[in-house]
Amino acid sequence: MSAIGATMRSELIGLGGIVERNVYLTKRYFLWDVAFMFWTIANTLTIVFISRSVHLTRAAENTLATRLLVGAVIWAFLGIIFEFMTETVAWERWEGTIEYTFMAPISRVMHLGGQGAFAVLYGLIRATILFFAVALFLGLHMPHANYGAAFALLAIASLSFIGIGMMTSVLPLVSPEKGAQLGFVAQGLMLVVSGVYYPVSVMPHWMQLISKLSPATYALRGDRASIVDGTGLVWADVWPLLIIAVAATPIGLAIFHRGEVHAKKHGKLKRSG
Amino acid sequence: MSALAAPKSLSMSVRRDVPAVEVDHLTKVFRRRAKDAGMFSRRRRRMPALKDVTFTIARGECVAILGQNGSGKSTLVRLLSTLLIDDGGSARVFGNDVVRDSRTIRRLVNRVSVEASFFKKMSAEENLSYAARFYGMPPSVTRTAVPEILAKVGFPPDRRGESMQSLSRGMQQKVALARALLTSPVLLLLDEPTTGLDPRSKLEVQEFVREVRQTHDATILLCTHDMVEAEALADRVGLLDRGELLFLEPVADVKRRYGVETLEEAFFAATGRTFEEEHDEDDEYREVFG
Repeated sequence: MSAIGATMRSELIGLGGIVERNVYLTKRYFLWDVAFMFWTIANTLTIVFISRSVHLTRAAENTLATRLLVGAVIWAFLGIIFEFMTETVAWERWEGTIEYTFMAPISRVMHLGGQGAFAVLYGLIRATILFFAVALFLGLHMPHANYGAAFALLAIASLSFIGIGMMTSVLPLVSPEKGAQLGFVAQGLMLVVSGVYYPVSVMPHWMQLISKLSPATYALRGDRASIVDGTGLVWADVWPLLIIAVAATPIGLAIFHRGEVHAKKHGKLKRSG
Repeated sequence: MSALAAPKSLSMSVRRDVPAVEVDHLTKVFRRRAKDAGMFSRRRRRMPALKDVTFTIARGECVAILGQNGSGKSTLVRLLSTLLIDDGGSARVFGNDVVRDSRTIRRLVNRVSVEASFFKKMSAEENLSYAARFYGMPPSVTRTAVPEILAKVGFPPDRRGESMQSLSRGMQQKVALARALLTSPVLLLLDEPTTGLDPRSKLEVQEFVREVRQTHDATILLCTHDMVEAEALADRVGLLDRGELLFLEPVADVKRRYGVETLEEAFFAATGRTFEEEHDEDDEYREVFG
């Protein structure tokens, strides 16, 4: 095997190691995950029930509920990705393994990529359960839904979400005490400009301009169209997601690298921060 | 192949014409907020953790660095394991600079620190398998290598599946040793590996370190405040005091130089303080950051 091939193999084994570790931990915390799932379902219901209070025709109410549900599911999905990415450092610091991970010969792209890959897998499973649990609970009808297209678009959007998650994962490196919470601020800001429960057109013009930079805008628009109208994958939603993914990943890695250098200079790359 | 033997590829790939470790005028300074600084002031106090430290370690040698808490031992280990960036001087591991060639060094080095540092809910077997992946070891290799190395450090086979949090401190430290050895490092950094262990566990760990020296092509840097341990395990002993390396030589030479019988007396002769003497606030700060 060539040197490049051997290095690539070693890196991919490392990436698999991150996924493997998260599988072990998910098994150990399974009951907590179930409890968290109930919380997410309850939280989503508080939003989707709004559709029942606006006195619409049955069909319009069903459409509004479905649109709200898609927003809530994508919020939850994005929340999982941001949580996993932001906790990359915070979690290891809490467990005390941070020094061993950062002195291991794995590149940061594989380290963060492994964390992102597991987050996407885990997030997609949870999003699917959440979507169908709430839809069943409220008896929503989605006769035209194109689930394949909705799922595929979410998977494509995940690449951008991971890239942006890489940017936020640096926060606990820079601020061990408050960095993780700031990741959730970034998630909230992204969703507020992306039309999570409303069309982007209701926002002020300047917010609409910012919304064009957010991958969640295209994921929400495309997934709503697929679930409500049965639309397939639309290129107008796919290409911005691909461009954001291509741009966000190297920017995220560069930001993380700067944060890592800062942490190494100031002695923050350790369990107690 | 024994679980303790370094794979030929790694052992052969390191340069033989250079020392295992070369530390040259190495300096590390931490900055802390000045006590009298106002709420919005960015004024910082400089806290030197390592001051102009210079030494070399030959391949296959075991060197112990003695020092009190906050003396700079952990800072030195963390600099050599690429977890800190120095503020002056240089450090090389088998000819590779710790800052410029950090990726190369990470493959050559592993460490055992005072805290066992594991995912507490995961078992010993899972923790080791996961850690080994970062070094490119696939499941087909760890399936046999992990039980083998755990057996080697005397870990009971029936407890391999138990979560780390249910293991005693001594047992956890054995797993930490197994983790470090599993990747067959050519430089092993031991940072207070026996601190907090009961006497029996302490002896077991020390015995294992001796065995590693005999069977494994590894250079060992042992940082400790246990003078007996340093004398028993190391070829040469150094004394780091408040960031300064006061000496690094065979124990007999140290005793001769200061005309004393014990390392403790040598410490007193070199610093004017007893080894157990309370350290000051700056030492505590260096301890936290180092």
